[in-house]
Amino acid sequence: MSAAPAKEQWSSRLGVILAVTGSAVGLGNFLRFPGLAAQYEGGIFMIPYFISLLVIGLPLAWAEWSMGRYGGVRGFNSTPGIFRLIWKNRIAPYVGVLGLIVPVMIYMYYVFIEAWCLGYAWHFLVGGLDLGKDATAYGTFFANFTGMAGDGSLFQFGPSSTLVFVVICIALNFSIIYRGVSRGIELFCLWAMPLLVLLGILVLIRVLTLGAPDPSRPELNVLNGLGFMWNPQTEGTSFWVSLLNADMWLKAAGQIFFSLSVGFGVIITYSSYLKKKDDIALSSTTAVAGNEFCEVSLGGMITIPAAFIFLGAAGAVGGTFSLGFKTLPMVFEAMPGGRLIGFLFFFLLFLAAVTSSLSMLQPAIAFLEEGLAMARKTSVIFLGFITLMGNGLVIYFSGEAVALAALDFWVGTFCIFILATVQALLFSWALGAEKGLQELQTGAEMSIPRLFVPMIKYVSPVYLLAIFIGWLFTDFRKEVAHSFSSTGGIVAMAFIVICFGLFLFLIHQAVGRWNRKEAR
Amino acid sequence: MSLGGWIIMILSVGGTTGALLWCILRVLKTPKSTKKLHGQIELHTPDQDR
Repeated sequence: MSAAPAKEQWSSRLGVILAVTGSAVGLGNFLRFPGLAAQYEGGIFMIPYFISLLVIGLPLAWAEWSMGRYGGVRGFNSTPGIFRLIWKNRIAPYVGVLGLIVPVMIYMYYVFIEAWCLGYAWHFLVGGLDLGKDATAYGTFFANFTGMAGDGSLFQFGPSSTLVFVVICIALNFSIIYRGVSRGIELFCLWAMPLLVLLGILVLIRVLTLGAPDPSRPELNVLNGLGFMWNPQTEGTSFWVSLLNADMWLKAAGQIFFSLSVGFGVIITYSSYLKKKDDIALSSTTAVAGNEFCEVSLGGMITIPAAFIFLGAAGAVGGTFSLGFKTLPMVFEAMPGGRLIGFLFFFLLFLAAVTSSLSMLQPAIAFLEEGLAMARKTSVIFLGFITLMGNGLVIYFSGEAVALAALDFWVGTFCIFILATVQALLFSWALGAEKGLQELQTGAEMSIPRLFVPMIKYVSPVYLLAIFIGWLFTDFRKEVAHSFSSTGGIVAMAFIVICFGLFLFLIHQAVGRWNRKEAR
Repeated sequence: MSLGGWIIMILSVGGTTGALLWCILRVLKTPKSTKKLHGQIELHTPDQDR
């Protein structure tokens, strides 16, 4: 069973590692992770965090890389094709629809957030965020800039400047994707990822050399800022009671899971462009380590300490958007040299977002090319049209980000859990964990422990299921009610259903084509 | 910053940074891995065939 020979390949080892790392490193590394660590028991959060990394993060990454290369050497680059190859069941390619829907629909709102990052970087550069010390001014700027002030507000007085940044981001993504895997994605990541790390180190040096900027409040200093992030918060309770906080374990596992982009449908496509003898064991481990470096060593040392030094404990907590787009701009404005640092930080976030959004388009492009024999130009135009409708929906229903939230909940959380579980089960039971380990060890430049087999076969799926059930109990009902509470949420859900229908139809066409080809 | 905070920070930041450096050194030191994966002749998109 094989499709047309795959022509696209990575041109260098470093290129594939940086592309996968770039896919994983995003806003969550610099905003969500530090916010969670500070919120949940400080340094104690790192214990469930690292355990989750070893139990689900690394095994799922290894499994996805293995399945991808396994499919790639047999001529398949898309999730439907690879699932059909691994699982000899008629429904297998249709289950693979998740590997197309998840990245493509996340792209639809992710590129909007990417535009916020570019817009904030630009405004820092030209002084547009010099709003003084009034916190509400930053909140108002954020609401107006992102359209959260109300549905259609970005179109109210003609196209807003936000839309210009959206257009730039969309054009950038599609121009890179159009150039292909090697000359587009790989080339971009080869310079964007080192630049991202360099920018992170520059911002980190600035934060760690701040001292105590307000002489009247010497307690707001770098050491106390680091302490707020890393001290185990056991006041009034024991270390063990703090460690047994179930909600913290749930959030830590979720953070690892989403941060590494495992079960996302991206790694399986990226690794399918490797050859049979190319190493995947060390490459995948390096990509995981790169993501963890950006998250823990950069994100963990920059965001919360910086916010604490200028705003104290009360200002250093908050969700991803609040921390990133309301708190940090105020912090940078108060910081000596803050305009430059603010620009560098938001440009860093922009680069992290671009390397992620690029990866979200490639799985669908790969499917359209291999499943429907579309030329690169046609597949880019086709996907551009579909994603543009999704972008428009998210941008129009921007009031309180309802459409964005609905897509993030149903596709960016619910579907990812299902896809990751399906991938773990397919690897363990359809391909076979032992055969999978052999695949992983082919060309491997580091040894994989035998423990991987029981881990991916039993522990990871059970752990995933436990997180999923825990999440259903804690957030599901509230999020479903939120999705149905507004027109934007309902339209977004209808759009998800339409996209599912469209991609299932396309997969049906591809299956017919693959069957006819194999019958010849 | 407490002693516990120092220990957790050093282990976390040192661990992730050390892991990345170890991996990068392994990648760069392996003679096979420093060369290009594939020849330039393979670097073209499917539509170029049409």
